[in-house]
Amino acid sequence: MSTKIENTSNISVTKKKKKILLQTENISLFAGKRELLSSISLTVSAGEIVTIIGPNGAGKTTLLRVLLGLIPPNSGSIFKKQKLRIGYLPQKVNVDQILPLSVSRIMNLAGNFSINEIETALDETAVLSLKNKPGYQLSGGEFQRVMLARTLLTNPELLVLDEPVQGVDYMGESELYKLIGNLKKKHGCGVLMVSHDLHVVMASTDRVLCLNRHLCCEGEPEDVSQHPEYLRLFGLDSGSTLAVYSHHHDHTHQLSGTLSEDSQ
Amino acid sequence: MMILDDFFWRAVIAGMGVAVVAGPLGCFVVWRRMSYLGDTMAHSALLGVALGIFLEVDLIFGVFVVAISVAMLLFIFQRQKQIANDAVLGTLSHASLAMGVLAISLMSWVRIDLMSYLFGDILAVDMTDLYWIYGGGISILLILLWLWKPLLALTFNSELAQAEGVPVFKTQLIFMLLIAAVIALSMKIIGILLVTSLLIIPVSAARRFSRTPEQMALGGALIGMASVGLGLWSSLKIDTPSGPSIVIAAVLFFFAVNLFPHRKL
Repeated sequence: MSTKIENTSNISVTKKKKKILLQTENISLFAGKRELLSSISLTVSAGEIVTIIGPNGAGKTTLLRVLLGLIPPNSGSIFKKQKLRIGYLPQKVNVDQILPLSVSRIMNLAGNFSINEIETALDETAVLSLKNKPGYQLSGGEFQRVMLARTLLTNPELLVLDEPVQGVDYMGESELYKLIGNLKKKHGCGVLMVSHDLHVVMASTDRVLCLNRHLCCEGEPEDVSQHPEYLRLFGLDSGSTLAVYSHHHDHTHQLSGTLSEDSQ
Repeated sequence: MMILDDFFWRAVIAGMGVAVVAGPLGCFVVWRRMSYLGDTMAHSALLGVALGIFLEVDLIFGVFVVAISVAMLLFIFQRQKQIANDAVLGTLSHASLAMGVLAISLMSWVRIDLMSYLFGDILAVDMTDLYWIYGGGISILLILLWLWKPLLALTFNSELAQAEGVPVFKTQLIFMLLIAAVIALSMKIIGILLVTSLLIIPVSAARRFSRTPEQMALGGALIGMASVGLGLWSSLKIDTPSGPSIVIAAVLFFFAVNLFPHRKL
């Protein structure tokens, strides 16, 4: 195995002179002879949202697992900022009714956080009122918000979110993406997320990586949505491209449906 | 100690010890949906009894070794995908039970009462068993206390636990050892065929009243102790095998708590 995983703190040269949090060079992963990931090079810097899109089975989750260090790649190298604090939201987390876990307990499963820290995090994702509720009673959107709050506990520099809007209804989706954008601004962290829905995520991301075992194309949402590789991958002929969904609402709703205070 | 000279009280004290351990451990068996695995390991216990008799070591030790071996075999079989997990469990369960019965019948020089091993026998508990149960039981509880937090994180979501630094494989392995140990310790009281019931029924009854994982573990231990008490008492009074009597008592508690109006906890 020729993998080289290094922690480097002083890779500093980029176009926009942002602090690089995570960078990979030509990482490949095989399962037997089948190539799951092919020579992937990517960079995530502080303060940007990078979204990986791709069809089912494209290796999106696998790529995240490699980046998190859960699977060693067969070749290539991964550079991480020294002692990079990562907040991770995996795919398809749910809590079963057979296991009695309250929201605040779910928050504290891995660490030893104070009540104050937990409440602050829950407040940031607007689910503080749910803290004593049993986890299984939450709706899809509420649960994802709790899981998102959970990623904030370690004061992360990088959020790694695997399909963060899974199980969230359509209205909730853009709300959740907006929340992720706000968290990014507030904490100054980088965000790397995986998604397979197209236009909603396109509107709320800085850079899009289009993955199908290899990186087909990458760039800003508007550019990627016109790219022939992208159009081929998502079965859209060039005549009927989806418009990028980037309009703004003039008001917002809280979870309960009431207008929120920061409505414009 | 006078009280320990009486076979009935020996059985009660042994049974209580087992029930206290089965509560917290049984929670994870239920949460991780492993009750059929527990069954499979328990059914292999007869082979462990045969091994213990053949090698002239303590039967508890024999049962422990065989239960662990079955769990390891299962780990290996789980790597293939052509046979589903429950079919593998069924195969191992019945294979080991059949081998156990055959092994014991082949050892024609030993006379053992098969019924007492299959369904438990309060007359069978001696002082050595008490040492095993309390020595082993305290060890199991201490290890489980140390393992509680990582195991709970793992049960919630293993992917997340792994990313947050929980040693997943090691934790699962130690958990398997603990199940094997508690099966070996409770075999004489409950019997091989019923031993997992003490892991499953009391905690399932306790779920009804539990807001936290710890409440469910404690509730399971208490209901388990009550089941042992009631079961052994009826076993003494109407001369029934101890294992089925304890199981029926536990089931009565299970139905009794379900008579209460349902609250969402």
